[in-house]
Amino acid sequence: MYAQMIKSTGQGVKSLDEMEPQERAFQERIDAGGKIEPKDWMPDGYRKNLIRQIGQHAHSEIVGQLPEGNWITRAPTLERKAILLAKVQDEAGHGLYLYCAAETLGVTRDDLTRDLLSGKMKYSSIFNYPTLTWADMGAVGWLVDGAAIMNQVPLQRTSYGPYARAMVRICKEESFHQRQGFDIMMKMAKGTDAQRKMAQDALNRFWGPALMMFGPSDAESVHSAQSMAWKIKMNSNDELRQKFVDQTAPQAEYLGLTIPDETCKLNEETGHYDFAQPDWDEFFDVLKGNGPCNTERLEARNKAWDDGRWVREGLLAHAAKKRSAKMAAE
Amino acid sequence: MSDPLFEYLCRLGDNTLVLGHRVSEWCGVAPVLEEDIALANVALDLIGQTQLWLGLAGEVEGDGRDADRLAFHRDVWDFRNVLLVEQPNGDFGQTMMRQFLFDTWHLSMLKALAGSSHEQIAAIAEKSVKEVTYHLERSTDTVIGLGDGTEESHDRMQKALDRLYPFVGEMFLSDDIDAAMVTQGIAPDPASLRKAFDAQLDAVLAEATLTKPADDFAHKGGKTGARHTEHLGHMLTQMQWLQRAYPDASW
Repeated sequence: MYAQMIKSTGQGVKSLDEMEPQERAFQERIDAGGKIEPKDWMPDGYRKNLIRQIGQHAHSEIVGQLPEGNWITRAPTLERKAILLAKVQDEAGHGLYLYCAAETLGVTRDDLTRDLLSGKMKYSSIFNYPTLTWADMGAVGWLVDGAAIMNQVPLQRTSYGPYARAMVRICKEESFHQRQGFDIMMKMAKGTDAQRKMAQDALNRFWGPALMMFGPSDAESVHSAQSMAWKIKMNSNDELRQKFVDQTAPQAEYLGLTIPDETCKLNEETGHYDFAQPDWDEFFDVLKGNGPCNTERLEARNKAWDDGRWVREGLLAHAAKKRSAKMAAE
Repeated sequence: MSDPLFEYLCRLGDNTLVLGHRVSEWCGVAPVLEEDIALANVALDLIGQTQLWLGLAGEVEGDGRDADRLAFHRDVWDFRNVLLVEQPNGDFGQTMMRQFLFDTWHLSMLKALAGSSHEQIAAIAEKSVKEVTYHLERSTDTVIGLGDGTEESHDRMQKALDRLYPFVGEMFLSDDIDAAMVTQGIAPDPASLRKAFDAQLDAVLAEATLTKPADDFAHKGGKTGARHTEHLGHMLTQMQWLQRAYPDASW
């Protein structure tokens, strides 16, 4: 899940009877499974909430390039290098469609970028963790993309048309990402002693942060209730987290790796895996900017943006010259 | 001396390996998102071409080395890329100027190789021509756009050209290996490509309002392996590290 702790209006969900006719028609359309398109009327809160959510998702894709980009120049074979590079390129592409989807709501990509660079807007907490060995490329694909898919598959049915359509394409690519991650883990887990050690170490470090990706329990949250009524959030955080553990625990077993949680076992009664909550204090520290890599990630994005200023200005100036030369010729 | 054909294929494959690696260093930190995507495309094409050239080199050699073995287990003195491609990225302008100078040479070389008497070489070249046509189109547009952009972008592009121009000449030097390829109808004499290169370079630089350095001095030693720059060794320490640190592992 690349959007965490998105705040909605916080006023609680209105019933259809409490709504003005325009809003009622809007809500009824959503309830009937219809899509809202950019030119349609929508409540201010819906628009603002979506901008925050899609923007945070887009920023996560962009910042998410960094922990994996960290290993492209050290990938161990030409094929692995090409796959990883293609994967990170996909993330940039996802960022691009998501910024475009956000732009249909009346913000610009530059506005959103400024808010990311100043720290005003957030990106997923997971990208503030370091990638320390090659096995982390496996763990990120397997666990991080695996967790992201849990949330993104239902978002293909979200009420906002441009977001839902962007998500269809993103999901196709994400499932390829997850498979390549699992493939790296398999190679490592079935490899030499050193490779197995790397694989286990990666799982140890990424398990908790992956569980945190779904955000804290939101069973009682008014923000979540409103987002769910608007169908821009499709499932509760706890539901998705459980689904993720149920999917991932048997995969870890298949790999011969141990989930770093002694309580993580199949519960015969519920048919689900029990598991321990991750360290939520650490999660809030990361959100506040105190994760292991928050500083580096924002520094890297700011440096790229500042270093690229002359390029953007140069190309714009050239395009303007071409336009005026063309107009003079006509 | 080892088989000239093996040496020649290493030259082709090491050019794309080293440049592909350099371009991939930009991943995630380009000036705009569209450039991130475009640079990754170029790097991916070059890595793909490397797999084909070095794969064929390994087959020709017949000692059981595959493309990965050649890429990750040779030291600096065995690399046969031209010095231009191992030059550091510098700023975005230097990266794109390096790309433009290489692409211009690369495309004309590949077009000639598409008519090679060696069937596999001709096939790889034909596939690569399609990709490199796009690389050249893009690097040409960028050199023109930034050369004829703002005062700052112009100055940076001129500096990049001045910095890299001394590495242009090596791409057109001919030696015994090239002569052996010419005799067998496998590849053209690199010197024969210079005139067309110069004409194209002059045209693009004029549009980009940039000035070609007056001094034609050319560094050499990359494609023969006699003397690389210091930059290549640092690149290999990163690129080859995992393979070297865990030689018994498969990835």
